[in-house]
Amino acid sequence: MAKAAAKKATTAATPSVGRRPALAGRTTSAPAVKVEVLPPAERISLRAPEASVAALSKALGVTLPKKPKTSASKAGRTALWLGPDEWLVIDEAGNDPLADCAGVSALHSAVGISHRNVAIAVTGAGAAATINAGCPQDLSLDAFPVGACSRTILGKTEIVLLRNAADAFRVECWRSFSDYVFTFLSEGSRDAAV
Amino acid sequence: MSGAFRIPSAGRLSQAKTARFSFDGQSYAGIEGDTLASALLANGVHLVGRSFKYHRPRGILSAGAEEPNALVEIKRDAARKTPNVRATVQELYDGLAAQSQNRWPSLSFDVGAVNDIASPFFSAGFYYKTFMWPKAAWKSLYEPKIRAAAGLGVSPDQPDPDHYSSRYAHCDVLVLGGGAAGVAAALAAAETGVRVILADEQAEFGGSLRFESGARIDGQDGFAWAQGAVAKLAAMDNVRVLSRTTAFGYYAQNFVGLVERVSDHLKAPGHDLPRERLWQVRARRVVLASGAIERHMVFADNDRPGIMLAGAARTYLNHYGVAVGKNVGVYTANDSAYAAAIDLKKAGVNVAAIVDLRDNPTGPVIDEARALGIEVNFGRAVVRAGGKLRVSSMTVQPKNGGGERTIPVDAILMSAGWTPSVHLFSQSRGKVAFNDETKRFVPGTYAQDCVSVGACNGTDGLSASLDEAYAAGAKAARDANARDYGAKAAKGTKPKVDASESWSRGMLGAAPGAGPDTTVKAFVDFQNDVTAKDIRQAVHEGMHSIEHVKRFTTNGMATDQGKTSNMHGLAIAAETLGKPIPEVGLTTFRAPYTPVTFGAIVSHARGPLFDPTRRTAIHPWAEAQGAVFEDVGQWKRAWYFPKTGEDMHAAVDRECVAVRTKAGLFDASTLGKIEVVGPDAAKFMELLYTNPWEKLEPGRCRYGIMLREDGFIYDDGVVGRLAPDRFHVTTTTGGAPRVMNHMEDYLQTEFPHLNVWLTSITEQWAVIAVQGPKSRDIIAPLVEGIDMSDEALPHMSVREGKICGVPTRLFRMSFTGERGFEVNVPADYGQAVWEALWAEGQKHGAAAYGTEAMHVLRAEKGYIIVGQDTDGTVTPNDAGLDWAVGKKKADFVGIRGMARPDLVAKGRKQLVGLKTKDPKVVLEEGAQIVEDPKQAIPMKMIGHVTSSYWSQNCGRSIALALVAGGRDRMGDTLYVPMPNGVVEVEVTGMVFFDETGGRLNG
Repeated sequence: MAKAAAKKATTAATPSVGRRPALAGRTTSAPAVKVEVLPPAERISLRAPEASVAALSKALGVTLPKKPKTSASKAGRTALWLGPDEWLVIDEAGNDPLADCAGVSALHSAVGISHRNVAIAVTGAGAAATINAGCPQDLSLDAFPVGACSRTILGKTEIVLLRNAADAFRVECWRSFSDYVFTFLSEGSRDAAV
Repeated sequence: MSGAFRIPSAGRLSQAKTARFSFDGQSYAGIEGDTLASALLANGVHLVGRSFKYHRPRGILSAGAEEPNALVEIKRDAARKTPNVRATVQELYDGLAAQSQNRWPSLSFDVGAVNDIASPFFSAGFYYKTFMWPKAAWKSLYEPKIRAAAGLGVSPDQPDPDHYSSRYAHCDVLVLGGGAAGVAAALAAAETGVRVILADEQAEFGGSLRFESGARIDGQDGFAWAQGAVAKLAAMDNVRVLSRTTAFGYYAQNFVGLVERVSDHLKAPGHDLPRERLWQVRARRVVLASGAIERHMVFADNDRPGIMLAGAARTYLNHYGVAVGKNVGVYTANDSAYAAAIDLKKAGVNVAAIVDLRDNPTGPVIDEARALGIEVNFGRAVVRAGGKLRVSSMTVQPKNGGGERTIPVDAILMSAGWTPSVHLFSQSRGKVAFNDETKRFVPGTYAQDCVSVGACNGTDGLSASLDEAYAAGAKAARDANARDYGAKAAKGTKPKVDASESWSRGMLGAAPGAGPDTTVKAFVDFQNDVTAKDIRQAVHEGMHSIEHVKRFTTNGMATDQGKTSNMHGLAIAAETLGKPIPEVGLTTFRAPYTPVTFGAIVSHARGPLFDPTRRTAIHPWAEAQGAVFEDVGQWKRAWYFPKTGEDMHAAVDRECVAVRTKAGLFDASTLGKIEVVGPDAAKFMELLYTNPWEKLEPGRCRYGIMLREDGFIYDDGVVGRLAPDRFHVTTTTGGAPRVMNHMEDYLQTEFPHLNVWLTSITEQWAVIAVQGPKSRDIIAPLVEGIDMSDEALPHMSVREGKICGVPTRLFRMSFTGERGFEVNVPADYGQAVWEALWAEGQKHGAAAYGTEAMHVLRAEKGYIIVGQDTDGTVTPNDAGLDWAVGKKKADFVGIRGMARPDLVAKGRKQLVGLKTKDPKVVLEEGAQIVEDPKQAIPMKMIGHVTSSYWSQNCGRSIALALVAGGRDRMGDTLYVPMPNGVVEVEVTGMVFFDETGGRLNG
């Protein structure tokens, strides 16, 4: 399914125009935390019933997690559980998960959203405190261990939050909200030392 | 020496650290660690404010958050003026500048005090009775006057330059209150290893250990023990200790709001320090250790400066080293005031007399007072206080009547007993219960996972409080943790109480000194100037519910929320009604416990963070071109692109003409986009839209209408079928989120059997509309892999390929009536592709156009905008869109609604075109339409203008309107009455330009 759409969208020829990512070059650093924009990545929104999970995991080369608030990662590709039939797959190694899913005949929906999302890294001892300025989730390591992920809110916007390390988070948001999210995190980082 | 009333041997402050401050322009010296109140008292200043209604001189009543009188303005600079700061809470810093409020011209001579003399006029319910007549005077006279007189203090008139921060936090055990009980509970919980937050509103923990000189715990002075215990807690990884932090609200599921005052106590707060930090804490268990608040005695003129709560006077002495007078009197119905008298006497202050309302109390404190040579009088009342700007005497009388005796004093310490602070418990929806023996409301039935310990639970005595708190803290930790980790036993040791004080009960309501006569002012509520007689009067005038008494008298309705007054008010009402207190009931406690600044609540959400501002990928180009933007929801959209010297009309006219003669480029990226994928995608589309979709071939598009269940238009947009199982749906800009929710809602609740999924791709694709006769010429050179001929790519079709080497979904569609395309490219390439198209467009005379030109162009073609030409009561038929409803379809959302009798009745408002008889007149959108302009007002309105523009392409004004039976009125003349004359209009079809539609392929 969805082969036609997927194949065409992923041909790799050299564009004659340059890519201009949102927030390019923005960074901020407070004593306890650093907020910076991450490079572009390939992303898909993957929806599938339980029966398709094995086939999709195989095609993607990463086992789709089935437990809420968890993620799985392999060779630069991370699958984040967002709902009972929903994953966000992020590829930072330059490979295209949309193309990988195109050959899967098991029931699913894969939609390319590489440009929809912008990723912001929040790192440092005050990373959790920075995010907790506007995110009501419990970010203690017990409740939100390394690898945990969640679609949640930051201030007035929706984000997807992934913990990469004890003091490192990846915040994903929609492109047009990225200015707000970055500004919010910068503001939060000013008060993250306590 | 920091003030004549400072006693060097008393208190805990270091005399070495002087802090200079000013009050009403006068300079004083205090000590670091003082509050403004203690520093003023050290300098012999008791008069600090004027009361709200009667402008009576007022002093300092308390030493804490319950203060109703000592409200001052703190001014750091022109923009940092904070009114109504409680002097008893504000910590002193070097350079602090405070001013009194509610007085003119000066604090000691206040013209407003005439209200005091005229007070019979201002009795309870005064507002309700007085301003009823004449009715006309309310708006012109009464309301402005009352508003000017209402409220204390003056709001700052400049933007707040401070910043505020917020933090969400979670813990296993949240302990609210850091007195002996709270600290013990926190210790017990923390020792088990669970996450604990301990918060207290004071700068230092210890609560009433600040003044209880008789308390000894674990071999040390009680206050010192508290400091040591809190230091130990603060050093633990699993504990967060928050001082200067008030829990102001207890919400559902153990969600508690706290405000931490971060820098109000600092001389020069650093730029990066927030002024306040809002904590929103979700706790598995809450331990309430909020203590108790002392009540005053209700007697005549009990508000004179120098009259204060006994516990407060003791705090000023034992903690701040300040004597509140040189010759003090004590009036009590309770033991705790004796301890204050004893401490003051030992510090060298003369205690003129203790007047005890009780008949024959016994106990160690009474014996000790006598042993120190203090005169103790039982069964007597202070019936009145002398003095005006400062108390000068107390007049004592046997409580059952008899000879009066006046004793000169310069301060009176009073105590009617202690009221457990059940505010937070009550906010948690817990129900309080009245203990008839101790005459107090204590926590009864719990509604949430919390427990009350110590004085707020009605537990008397330090030892019993600590035992209870320590056990409760350990249990809270166990209960909180049991779900995840299994129970761990407390490893620590319970603090041991070596010595403590014990206070027996007090009294509620008015003492004999409160009159029965009607001229005496015996204050119950100091902040709102409510006296005992006001409450009696309210009852006599028919207010029998305590909620009515409260509103009629305003008792307990000031910002102090009646912390000292509620119980007295209730008791007086109960006595007057002749009912027991529990039958009269208690008013509801509401958040906030103490006033919270707007800054703390708003926190980060100001300036750029007030609300997200969404910008498209092409926004920077439009900005550089000098576009004027308009707000569309959270989006900034280019409205028009003025060239030098052009006004809006000139720019829009030029843009509109360019599109029809050459071409125009338009940023349509904000359009909502949803990818509908799955084998049942077409079935789902059939159910959500009025149109048929099963037979739409891949590669073709269709204009779709979405209805609500009631049959009215909800949204519209062009939908392209990319593959048998994949649709690219577009929605209106404003409708994007709600259409997604609407679709998801139906998919999950009504059609869960369908194998189809929805993904928002609004932000994946930047959309560049290229419209006009030259549009194909502009796009074609940049496109690869798509045959652009009319045969291969007819109107309303979609192809995937590449443009400028990047993937595109290229739609051939038109919202202008011209040959048109919408180029979708991945958002990060949006601006670069736009620039390439722009460069190509320059060869053909193309213009960039904004949303205003887009609106005009679509109106020229009669294309509707949902939300402008429809208002939620318009059916497809009303809008002339019957052609878009699948006649053979058995089902879709809204199909039954559309068949309702009133939706198919004759005479419904229908969308039509209007042409003004004078082509130069542009109608106002929203203007009402009538058949006969000569009829009497109010006229019968038969419709209104929904869209109206000047159309340069038509050389005249054009308008769309909803008119009753509109399509049967073609050619009729109707009228639009306006303030400066009636506009004559002709009813026409909705298409004003290129009626045959030939230009779509032109």
